[in-house]
Amino acid sequence: MKPMKSILAASLFVLATGVSAFAARSDLVLGIVLEPPHLDPTASAAAAVDEVVYANVFEGLTRIGPNGQVEPALAEKWDISEDGKTYTFHLHTGVKFHDGTGFDAEDVKFSLDRARADDSTNAQKGLFAAIDSVEVVDPATVKVMLKQPQGAFLYNMGWGDAVMVAPESAGTNKEKPVGTGPFKFENWAKGSSITIVKNPDYWGDAVALDKAEFRIVPDAAAAVPALLSGDVQAFPQFPAGDALPQVQADPRFKVVIGATEGETILATNNKKPPFDNIKVRQAIAHTLDRKAIIAGASAGGNGVPIGSHFSPANKDYIDLTGTYPHDIAKAKELMKEAGLENGFKATIKLPPPAYARDGGQIIASELKEIGIDLEIIPVEWAQWLEQVFKGKDYDLTIVSHTEPNDIGIYARKDYYFNYDNPEFDKVIADLDVTADPAKRSELLKTAQTILAKDAVNGFLFELPKVGVWDAKVEGLWENSPIQANDLTKVHWVD
Amino acid sequence: MTAYLLKRLAIGILTLLFASVVVFAVLEVVPGDPARLMLGMNATEDAVQALREQMGLNLPLVTRYVTWLAAFATGDFGRSLTYSVPVIDLVAERLVVSLPLALLALALSTVIAIPAGLFAAARRGRFADTATMGLAQVGVAIPNFWLALLLVYVFAVWLRLVPAGGFPGWGNGFWAGIKALLMPAVALALPQAAILARVTRSALIEVLGEDYIRTARAKGLPRRRVLWRHALRNALIPVLTIMGLQFAFLLAGTIIIENVFYLPGLGRLLFQAITQRDLIVVESVIMLLVAAVIVVNVLVDLSYAAVDPRLRTRR
Repeated sequence: MKPMKSILAASLFVLATGVSAFAARSDLVLGIVLEPPHLDPTASAAAAVDEVVYANVFEGLTRIGPNGQVEPALAEKWDISEDGKTYTFHLHTGVKFHDGTGFDAEDVKFSLDRARADDSTNAQKGLFAAIDSVEVVDPATVKVMLKQPQGAFLYNMGWGDAVMVAPESAGTNKEKPVGTGPFKFENWAKGSSITIVKNPDYWGDAVALDKAEFRIVPDAAAAVPALLSGDVQAFPQFPAGDALPQVQADPRFKVVIGATEGETILATNNKKPPFDNIKVRQAIAHTLDRKAIIAGASAGGNGVPIGSHFSPANKDYIDLTGTYPHDIAKAKELMKEAGLENGFKATIKLPPPAYARDGGQIIASELKEIGIDLEIIPVEWAQWLEQVFKGKDYDLTIVSHTEPNDIGIYARKDYYFNYDNPEFDKVIADLDVTADPAKRSELLKTAQTILAKDAVNGFLFELPKVGVWDAKVEGLWENSPIQANDLTKVHWVD
Repeated sequence: MTAYLLKRLAIGILTLLFASVVVFAVLEVVPGDPARLMLGMNATEDAVQALREQMGLNLPLVTRYVTWLAAFATGDFGRSLTYSVPVIDLVAERLVVSLPLALLALALSTVIAIPAGLFAAARRGRFADTATMGLAQVGVAIPNFWLALLLVYVFAVWLRLVPAGGFPGWGNGFWAGIKALLMPAVALALPQAAILARVTRSALIEVLGEDYIRTARAKGLPRRRVLWRHALRNALIPVLTIMGLQFAFLLAGTIIIENVFYLPGLGRLLFQAITQRDLIVVESVIMLLVAAVIVVNVLVDLSYAAVDPRLRTRR
């Protein structure tokens, strides 16, 4: 039997090496435009952080899937009490953090309490506002008590800002992130690249990639040669819109146009005369020619028109682009009714992204047709946040609101739109305590309609996600329901 | 010599102090809150305030200036607000790219420019001179980012000899590092070489008109020897001055080339820090650059003495 065994072993060995010689590639270099400031998703709003670590390095109780749906993650399942105020999460067992420490209910309590503490610097503290207390039942069960029922609670727990961290490593996650995900952080060459490698001790399905590198390519002009030379095999968000036709014509690459959660709007200061007059805002809405704006200001002209502050990819979306159709005569009439037939002067502050700078030029020339003379003021992000967002010192501006399901911002007091409509506030307040999907859908549709009718802002287009990658790479997200590059299903095919 | 050096040192420290006030003041005036920038549009005011407190941004202006300057003087350059690591580590990481790149570009530029300048000066007014200087004119006129893109398409996309950009780190071997820096160095060096060649040529032409050159020729020295030994040495002072200026520029003024080749250099660190309002990084990096420029200038002054013995004895 012995010789037989060794022959078998030898042939197995040959087979194994043979297979590995033909096995698909297991490394991937992805190009990203912005370098994250650090790698702790619980301490920054920077999308660049989640684009590296979300679902790869860190996991939450729940997670958001490729189409925006809530899926179980570290919580295998959950029960919701009758009154909708108590969530009991049943956790996966045998889960370990990358530093070898175990993950259990205590870590859940720690993570949630840390995020909602008074001195917390979590950028999305609002996600945790409804939590009243967190209680450890046993190592695999945790109870979260809410102050009032919250329809979006499970979704909120899927955000990158709500991922689970360990008390041992929470303080150092910025530099050396330690999560429970299928990839471990390996190395960060500042300004250059971030590398993650397969976590052999992962509790769930093993990933196909052994190694993934996020390479920082800040310049749009550099992205094209990086792709063509094979240095970078995937740009989940391809920055060079002008070069798309060239890449599209090349069979080595796939161009995948998907949806994001980025509502690009002509934000309007609703308290500043004459924009406080709804007739003026309606006149602007009638003047905006979305087709021209999308062609000129969205990557490759791939933006999807929107008529309210809501993503067309969402199942509760209604098309309101016809509320105030492109109609100059009507717009002029409205200006006359507002007593402004001779027009007026105003400013438009434009942050750095191309959609804003290019869109601003187009909108300025369009508004000239009804006598609104816009002075274009380019600003940096820092200035924009200071002057426009915080100081509300602006008339018009263009910006993309990339947080998912963020229609609620219109109900915020003192938000930079200066919009105040008790009817709308009531809808959002109801929405917050409603868990029934049918009722939620109804409320969301009402909310969209109110915003469209009030012409709060100029609703322009949904930012497209233009992904470009090697034709042999599969499993990258087509859409971007949250800002992430989930690599758990990514693999090479031959 | 010592007195001279001490004087230079004193002037250098005064310059640094002056620069520190200017940098600090400018960053105070420029709008932008680092805490709000980090936390973004959705963050509550509470969270932003908590972060400001953590970063020490709520302290009075003078307190912050004095603390920063005192720490700087003792060699503590502070911690980056965005990266939350010591600034010195960030600078060190970038210097391992920027310094070799600057040196490589300077070396390339010198190797091209000095012979070209000599060649043109020795054939003054003839076709070879006009042709060389014509080329140099083109070199000055070509924007370096355009040259960079051209190089990328030819050598990285088409021939695949070098990577299109990025820096693998010196840990992956010396050659891998040099390969990554080669194209950016060429893109930086050619326009610099063009300027340097023109300066070399005009300095040489001036020297070639001097009496001692005629004497040297008259006593029977061959043309080549006169050119290299007598003329070039005397013409080196303006050339060294330009080289000093160019080196200072190459250290941090290469942001565009760094972007085209997505190299993690000092220029990009500074640019990023400014857009992120990472005040500590901006302040410290600028101070270090000012210091570097002062040092380079002193070195250039000392090199004058090395090439011209008369300057040595006079002091």
